[in-house]
Amino acid sequence: MMVRGKLLNFRVLPVVLITLLVLAHGRPALSAGYGPMEPVSIDVSNTAALQRGARNFVNYCMGCHSAEFMRFNRLAEGLQLTEVQVMENLAFTAERPHDTMQIAMRMSDAERWFGQPPPDLSLIARVRGTTWLYNFLRSYYPDESRPTGMNNLNLTGTSMPHVLWELQGEQRPVFETRGVGGVEREVFVGFEQVSPGLLTPEEYDAFVRDIVTFLSFVGEPIQLERQRLGVIVIAFLLVFGLFAWLLQQEIWKDVK
Amino acid sequence: MSSTSGENTGGGLIGWIDARFPLTKLMKEHITEYYAPRNFNFWYVFGVLALVVLVIQLVTGIFLTMYYQPSAEEAFASVEFIMRDVEWGWLIRYMHSTGASFFFIVVYLHMFRGMMYGSYKPPRELLWIIGMLIYVVLMAEAFLGYVLPWGQMSYWGAQVIISLFGAVPGIGDALVEWIRGDYFISGATLNRFFALHVIAVPLALLLLVVLHIMALHEVGSLGPDGIEIKERKDASGKPLDGIAFHPYYTSKDLVAIIVFLIAFSAVVFFAPQFGGLFLKPANFEPANMLKTPDYIPPVWYFTPYYAMLRAVPSKGLGALLMLLAIVALFLLPWLDRCRVRSIRYRGWEFKVALGVFVVSFIALGWLGLQPATEAIYIYAARFFTALYFAFFIFMPLYTARERTRPVPERLT
Repeated sequence: MMVRGKLLNFRVLPVVLITLLVLAHGRPALSAGYGPMEPVSIDVSNTAALQRGARNFVNYCMGCHSAEFMRFNRLAEGLQLTEVQVMENLAFTAERPHDTMQIAMRMSDAERWFGQPPPDLSLIARVRGTTWLYNFLRSYYPDESRPTGMNNLNLTGTSMPHVLWELQGEQRPVFETRGVGGVEREVFVGFEQVSPGLLTPEEYDAFVRDIVTFLSFVGEPIQLERQRLGVIVIAFLLVFGLFAWLLQQEIWKDVK
Repeated sequence: MSSTSGENTGGGLIGWIDARFPLTKLMKEHITEYYAPRNFNFWYVFGVLALVVLVIQLVTGIFLTMYYQPSAEEAFASVEFIMRDVEWGWLIRYMHSTGASFFFIVVYLHMFRGMMYGSYKPPRELLWIIGMLIYVVLMAEAFLGYVLPWGQMSYWGAQVIISLFGAVPGIGDALVEWIRGDYFISGATLNRFFALHVIAVPLALLLLVVLHIMALHEVGSLGPDGIEIKERKDASGKPLDGIAFHPYYTSKDLVAIIVFLIAFSAVVFFAPQFGGLFLKPANFEPANMLKTPDYIPPVWYFTPYYAMLRAVPSKGLGALLMLLAIVALFLLPWLDRCRVRSIRYRGWEFKVALGVFVVSFIALGWLGLQPATEAIYIYAARFFTALYFAFFIFMPLYTARERTRPVPERLT
C-alpha cells in the first residue's frame, strides 16, 4: 500500500520544495570557456562594497559599457547616498537624477573598433552569474595573436581589452599535461604573476569582487527589499495557516 | 409568483434573486450540498490549488498587460521597466513567472493523482478528457507567454517549437510561415502570440475549467478508495460516506492553500529564477536573431517531451513521438482494462507499471535539461522513451490479467 499511510501528507510538500529550493540555489550559473571558476560570495547588502563597486564601474567600465536600465536616483537609494552625491561623483554623462546610465560612445563606432559593440551591463549578472563575472575579470593573459594583445581563459577570443591591466599586472596561465580518463590533456593549474600591478593579487580580487557586487545590484536593484518582504509575507502566512488549521480541526471534529 | 429555483422562496435580497436566478440552488448543488468522500488525502488538494494558480495568473497577467509593450523593439525593455520602475511591478512579474512553473507542478501532481486512484475510469472518461484538454491548452499558453519577454530563450525557444510544425507532411513549411506571420520570427509573431496569450487561450482555458468542474460535479468525486459514495445513501438521500464540500473541504483546502502559498512565496521572494529552472539566465539577454545560443533548452515542464524529440534522429519522427506521448494520455480510460479503480486494491502489475511510468517521465525531464553532447544521454533518453510508451502499449495486457484485492463497500 504505497500511498495509504501517513507517509505523504501536508507536511511533506514544504520539505520537498525547500529541498528543491536548496538544490536549485546551489546550481552554478551559465558558464563558458575553460578557465578557473573559483567560488565567490557576493553580498549586495554590503553598502561599502556597493559604493566602491559603483566607483570602479563608472571609472573603468562605463567608458564603453552602459547600464541603460539603471537610473541614477535608484542608484542613490541602493548605495545609500544622496542624489546630489551620486550626480556629482558618478553621473558624468547624465544631467538629471532619473536619467539612466547611458554612455556617449556611438554603437556604430564601437562596432568598428571592437568588431561588436560592448554589451549593455544592466542584466549581465543575471545572464552570466556573479561567479562567472568574477572569474572572467581575473582570467586575462597576454596573447600576441589577439588584436588587443590579450585573451581570456573564460571567454576565449574576447574582443574586450584587459581594461584593468594596470591594476592587475601581467599573469600567465600555467598548464600541465595530465592523464584524464586515459587521455593526455593539457590541464589549467593556475596563473603565475609575471609582472606586478598597482594592486596586490588580494587587492585586485577585492576590487573585482566590488564591481561584481555592484553588477549584481544593477541586475536586480530590488533584491534586498524582495528578501526582506519575503520574511514578512511567510511569517504572516504561518500565523494565518495556524488559525486556518485550528478552524479546520474545529469543523472536522464530528467527522469520524 | 413562481420560483425558478424551487428553493428559497423567502423574502429579502436572496429571495428576490432566487426568484430570478438559481443562486441558492447553485450554492447548494456545488458547495453546501455537494458531497465528497470524507477521506480525501494529500493528493486531493491539487485540483483546488490549480484553481488558485489560475487566479494568480489571471490577476497578475492583467496587471502586466498594463505596462508590457508587445513589439519587438519595446518588449524586452518594457519587462525591465515593470521590474524596476513600476510600483510592485517586480512582485507581479515574479508571481506570474513563478506561477507558470507552479501551474505545471500542481497539474502534474493532479494528473498523477488521477492515474493512481483511477479517476479516469467510467463514468469519468469525459472528465479526464476535459482535464487533458486543459493540460494541452496550458502548454500552449505557457509557450506563448514564454515568448513575450523577447529574450534570447524566448526567441530561440519559439524558433525550435514553431519549426516542429514543419514536420507536418505536405503543408509543413507553409504552416510554419502561417504561424509566424513572417518569413522568420519577428514582431508580427510577437504581436499575435501576445493576442493569443492574453485573450484567446485564457478564454479557452476558463471555459474548459468550468466544463471540468461541471463534469466532476455531475459524476461526483471518487476519493482514494475508488468507491462511489452515491451508491450508499441515508434516508434523506445524503451519501453515508460523504461530507459537504462546505464547510469541510473549504476549511481543509484553506489550510492546503496557505501551505501552498508559503512554498510559492519562498520561490517568489527568495529564488525567483529557481536556479535557472523557472527563469533562464539567457532570457535576460534581449532577443538577437543573428546570435544563436549554443544550447536552447525548453523550460523544465516541457523537457520530458523534448528529451523524446532529441532521442530520435529524424525530426519528423521525433515530433510525431511527442504528439503520441500526449495522445496516449488521452486514451488512458480505454487502455486500462482493470475494473478496480484505486491503486489500493489493484495488483502488483499496475503498481510496477505506474512506478516505471513516473520514473521514466522524471528521468526524461532531467535528460531534457542536459546538453545533448554525451552519447549516454541520448541512449538513456531512448531507453526511458521506450519505457514511457511501454506503459501505455502493454496496458491492455497487464491490466486485463491483474489480480486485484477485494474493494470494500464502505470507505476505510
